[in-house]
Amino acid sequence: MRHRLSLQIGPVAFRIGSAWKAPLDALARLYASYPAPADGLADFTVRLEPEKPWRRFFRPSVAIQGDYILPDAAPLSLAHGLLAAEMGMNLQMALGQKRYLLLHAATVEKDGRALIMTGESGAGKSTLAALLGERGWRLMGDEFALLDMDNGKLLPFPRAISLKNGAIRVMEAQVPAARFGPRLTGTPKGEIRHLIPNAHAIERMQEAAIPALILFPRFGEAAAVRGVGAAEVFMRLTQASTNYVALGRRGFDALTRLVSTLPALAIDYPDTDTALGLVEDFRQELAA
Amino acid sequence: MAGPVYIADEEAELTSVSLDGLCLLFHAPSGMTHIVATPAPEILAMLRSGPADAAELLRRLSAHYAFEGEAAAGALAARLEELESAGLVRRA
Repeated sequence: MRHRLSLQIGPVAFRIGSAWKAPLDALARLYASYPAPADGLADFTVRLEPEKPWRRFFRPSVAIQGDYILPDAAPLSLAHGLLAAEMGMNLQMALGQKRYLLLHAATVEKDGRALIMTGESGAGKSTLAALLGERGWRLMGDEFALLDMDNGKLLPFPRAISLKNGAIRVMEAQVPAARFGPRLTGTPKGEIRHLIPNAHAIERMQEAAIPALILFPRFGEAAAVRGVGAAEVFMRLTQASTNYVALGRRGFDALTRLVSTLPALAIDYPDTDTALGLVEDFRQELAA
Repeated sequence: MAGPVYIADEEAELTSVSLDGLCLLFHAPSGMTHIVATPAPEILAMLRSGPADAAELLRRLSAHYAFEGEAAAGALAARLEELESAGLVRRA
């Protein structure tokens, strides 16, 4: 590939190659304070290539390639090349990760105890994780929770936070402009802007945490909290995992251990302040 | 006429964990996870002592649990059908 970049994010090393310079420049800026992989080896490779050879110059169109591919993934315009690189890294993790049980969830940590937030797209988990990350919690990741199947701990995977639509304004009001990537408009998911995690999250990205609570947040409803039974949590987390089936018995053992030892709550919230208040209450209860 | 005789996989092929009164089963031969409620785990346990038809299973179950009569026989037939379609029991 003409242009290359290697990145270490938590326990995972990526090598990203691109036919164009611009997407990698944008990616390098987002990940400027992340280390390069220590041994120079990559766990996953992402390639951004023209959909057809002539599409490198003419109406450039970025197809995501790598060790694992989805045959029907639609190419993106070059203006969304940064998004293609981010999606490519997600895709390689979702399809190829075998060392950790992967949950589509945001995780934050305080005092060594981690909170797992999962839910459908739009439930607000990225926004809550981003806000908590600015208020004394350590952001471990907004997209994937990595569960170590040997010891039950969570590993950080603090990628740039992918903020969408309304969440962009919420965070722009709280975080200096230098920590944002470019504003990407008209993407398949609407408007997207990446937020660089703070230095605290990046410096401690090799530090595991013990999971303490599972939350299923839901935005847009009157404030309510209800307990969720372990069997329902198990079912929801198998649906939220991209590699549960592929991991077989190891995944079953790790997930049943997680859900049988952790409390789980579904929270409805009308605004982010309510959700942050609830999370702080839960933290104090867990610490007591 | 006797009905079909059912068999289940060896105990080592099926890992079970109880949660909230439900039972999670990991079936190694298929790699599939199932969530089942009583009496499905009990039916599987009873089949471990050897292949059995529905009448014999009902006899084994009633020896251990308060599980007898026509309603129990109907429930057993329905659960056996479900377990068979899930691949957790098969006909001998």
